[in-house]
Amino acid sequence: MIQVDEKGFYGNFGGAYIPEMLYPNVEELRENWEAIVASPTYQEEFQSLLKDFVGRPTPLYFANRLSETFGARIYLKREDLCHTGAHKINNTVGQIILAKKLGKKRIIAETGAGQHGVATATVCALMGMDCTIYMGELDIKRQRPNVERMRILGAKIVPATSGSKTLKDATNEAMRAWIADPVGTHYIIGSVVGPHPYPEMVARFQSVISEEIKWQLKVKEGRENPDLVIACVGGGSNAAGAFYHYYNEPKVRLIAVEAAGHGIHSGKSAATSVLGTPGILHGSKTLLMQTEDGQVIEPHSISAGLDYPGIGPVHAHLHEIGRAEFVAVEDEDAMKAGIFLSRTEGIIPAIETAHAIHALHQIKFDADELIVINLSGRGDKDLETYIHWGNY
Amino acid sequence: MNRLTYLFQTKKERVLSIYVTAGFPKLEDTLPVMEAIQASGADIIEIGLPYSDPIADGPTIQESNTIALENGMSIKKLFSQLLGFRAKIHLPVVLMGYLNPIIQYGVEEFCKKCKEVGVDGLILPDLPVQQYVEEYQEIFVKYGLFNTFLISPQTSEKRIREIDQQSSGFIYMVSSHAITGAKAEISPEQEQYFERVAAMNLSNPRLIGFGISDAATFQLASRYSQGAIIGSAFIKNIKNSNDLNRDINSFIQGVIG
Repeated sequence: MIQVDEKGFYGNFGGAYIPEMLYPNVEELRENWEAIVASPTYQEEFQSLLKDFVGRPTPLYFANRLSETFGARIYLKREDLCHTGAHKINNTVGQIILAKKLGKKRIIAETGAGQHGVATATVCALMGMDCTIYMGELDIKRQRPNVERMRILGAKIVPATSGSKTLKDATNEAMRAWIADPVGTHYIIGSVVGPHPYPEMVARFQSVISEEIKWQLKVKEGRENPDLVIACVGGGSNAAGAFYHYYNEPKVRLIAVEAAGHGIHSGKSAATSVLGTPGILHGSKTLLMQTEDGQVIEPHSISAGLDYPGIGPVHAHLHEIGRAEFVAVEDEDAMKAGIFLSRTEGIIPAIETAHAIHALHQIKFDADELIVINLSGRGDKDLETYIHWGNY
Repeated sequence: MNRLTYLFQTKKERVLSIYVTAGFPKLEDTLPVMEAIQASGADIIEIGLPYSDPIADGPTIQESNTIALENGMSIKKLFSQLLGFRAKIHLPVVLMGYLNPIIQYGVEEFCKKCKEVGVDGLILPDLPVQQYVEEYQEIFVKYGLFNTFLISPQTSEKRIREIDQQSSGFIYMVSSHAITGAKAEISPEQEQYFERVAAMNLSNPRLIGFGISDAATFQLASRYSQGAIIGSAFIKNIKNSNDLNRDINSFIQGVIG
């Protein structure tokens, strides 16, 4: 059984390695989140927002020409059609209602590419809550449109100027901000990372993805379980959501697609499952890219959403026990796959998602097998990267 | 006897602990800085193991960590610098660091080395009490290392008692909801928190850290505890120093008067 234990571990990975100053915050969440989320008033508000605000259920779309090309039956789970353009909002809706029920007045979040920041700023605007987003100084420059979207939505952007000035530093800054205001603030972590209970909580909010895949597939194919589920992994929230209800269905192959950057061993990569070793990052024990001395290495991927030096503890566990297969896709191949999907299905995917599309070339499957790819986000935010790449 | 035990038995008040990042400002400054701290009249030396992602520290200490790492500092390097340091340094020495580099080095090997060179205790802010008890306590005790836990204004009385039970050496009282170096003054709410904890009659001595930077804040902290820890202000003081002995002496003398 793939299941988190009482202390927040998935096998050897997880836990809550946090400074004492954060203990009361994390403990408050740990003690209360499940009961609150299970309550009828919570569920009523959550389900209604998922339906009318986010636009769920998202379609499970049979990709005809993609299927023909690869000789399989391929469905795309259209998370790109969620409000704000990616799956990220499933989690922010879930957490903002929780924060409100916990009596929090202020929300903080970290963001890399800006998708989680936009999804957080959006729900804060919806609920009239004060919102501060921590973002690496470098990412602020690279992701201008998302920065402005957050500002339009009323969020305050604080640049992380320490370290490499990217996602991991933004996460550090957000944790510090939480330490500085532990009573009034809720920290909306955007992926299945961080101290327990975050990884499981975020996975649960994203699990709506596989919940819907199950019944949608039943309607379309007469069966709930596909042969393969494919999703890209940075921290791993969309993958956790797409895998969640299939964790314990051993016949369903779970394919986690990481970013190989310029090549797995090029020194410019984010293929954590290959390059990572067990260690502690942002409050949990997981696989992370680090030096021999235990210093965290700055990863590289052309897609800012996969540019993270660790993976969520659940994915480290799935990797260790061999439940999920990990493949790594290089920058160039992901870009080509993005263009390919645009022209075969009329969908410009986020570059993160394009990695998952390209994985079809890197894994073996039989003709007529049933494949679901989680189309985690749309490519609007990546237009500049596509233009800069130029090869289309 | 552990040097920390001896210190707190013989000095009940105005204990001053000075934090410095290993290998800062220059790689080979670790030992000269420690000697200067001792010569200037401080009571405990806290050596920071630099880390790429020090989430409980503020910008000043993070920057010193970055510089030390760029200088080439590592746990291995630090132990080679500390080899034989007890010929010169008699003050208690505590290492402060984050768990990940220590896990990569090997926890048991790390503790063994600490004992060999003459380190007295550890402060590991991201090692929670429960994990410590379950995974590490036995090893720490085997090598005679004291372990200091942090408490903050949000820590419940029940948990403070639990932490008091598991701590050895002293308890690190975080003065506010803050990261190191964030504030330079102490508010009435903070004083109430100091009073509240002082009244609990804990078995461990308490040192107050975060926001202690000068004689005034040191004196105030000493009114409610056995003393205080200064980090960021000290780091700022030596960052661009041309004469470490002179600057360290004037800083510490300025604090203890």
